[in-house]
Amino acid sequence: MRSSRGISHTHVGSLHAPDATLAVRNARDLYTRRNEGVSIWVVPADAITTSDPDAKGAFFESPAGKNYRHASYYTKSEGVKHL
Amino acid sequence: MTIPPVPYAIDPDNAATVSAEEQQFNDLIAADSRIEPRDWMPDGYRKTLIRQISQHAHSEIIGMQPEGNWITRAPSLKRKAILLAKVQDEAGHGLYLYSAAQTLGISRDLMTEQLIAGKARYSSIFNYPSPTWADMGAIGWLVDGAAICNQVPLCRASYGPYGRAMVRICKEESFHQRQGFEILLELMNGTPAQREMAQDSVNRWYWPALQMFGPPDDDSPNSAQSMAWNIKRFSNDDLRQRFVGMLVPQAEVLGVTLPDPDLRWNEEKGAYDMGEIDWTEFHEVLAGRGPANARRLQRRRDAHDEGQWVREAAAAYAAKQAVKAVA
Repeated sequence: MRSSRGISHTHVGSLHAPDATLAVRNARDLYTRRNEGVSIWVVPADAITTSDPDAKGAFFESPAGKNYRHASYYTKSEGVKHL
Repeated sequence: MTIPPVPYAIDPDNAATVSAEEQQFNDLIAADSRIEPRDWMPDGYRKTLIRQISQHAHSEIIGMQPEGNWITRAPSLKRKAILLAKVQDEAGHGLYLYSAAQTLGISRDLMTEQLIAGKARYSSIFNYPSPTWADMGAIGWLVDGAAICNQVPLCRASYGPYGRAMVRICKEESFHQRQGFEILLELMNGTPAQREMAQDSVNRWYWPALQMFGPPDDDSPNSAQSMAWNIKRFSNDDLRQRFVGMLVPQAEVLGVTLPDPDLRWNEEKGAYDMGEIDWTEFHEVLAGRGPANARRLQRRRDAHDEGQWVREAAAAYAAKQAVKAVA
């Protein structure tokens, strides 16, 4: 669902429908009763490929210990303006 | 209330028997984090959630009936539109919750089957009839009020999909309570007959609404475990007490009398004392012997049967389109 122009689509929930057309209509009825959205995408659950939750430690290991990728790692410039 | 020993706590003598995945689950709960659908979880946790979420979903679906009944008879076009929106919200809330329950491995079809076969429970409050227009007010004010009181802490339930469904539900629910309060307020500002109708309705719904929080803490066997798992955050009696504390000043604004002669402020405990709840009635209604149990289930069964051709037609159309797309 895109809640308004300029915002990316965000997952809001799941539903059942016999086909894609009805899924979009059902999603409108179920998730936009109070103007929550200006655009809806629906995706069949079996079309989604996910990372393995059991392997999340190893899978997301790479950024660990690489805090030099964050601006906050660099402290010597403290007090210097516009940096 | 004495809270029994925390059941999931790790027994140091027994620490070796806790598997790595169970340890991870325990750590997440201890850190007040969230459990997500594909995480490992104890069978008891899964079963408790399936039971609680599906009962909750069924309550929303059956809960459409006492009010759906009044859509055509509401006194103005505005009230009809409001009631229609409220009943539509309840259908939506049922669907959010069915989706949340499905992430635990139970199918939507099975839940529907359990409901229409009379094997699943739903909130006993919906087994009371709604014979007057004032009931639309009392249901909104008292029944939805109690539901909100129960549901706000559930937004922080440890199971992610349940908490997220509850956030959405709570956002929408507050309109329900306010519109009910407004119906009662208008009746209380009306003729003597209208005031009488409002008071009569409050008399009928007050006690069943207090029963919605469930049995007293010392008679609520699953509560301690649910609290240990961070599904439940407050005990039944605590929530009931909080609810009554909110109701008293609201009743004063309305000018209605809450039908409990023993209700009075207790300075010492800083809360209201209240009369004894009739738990025999609660258990009777729960066991299916309430005033409207049979009617509610029959209506749900009929609606399901009458919708059969729609489901079949939609599926047939989808299948036909799929064949066309391939060809």
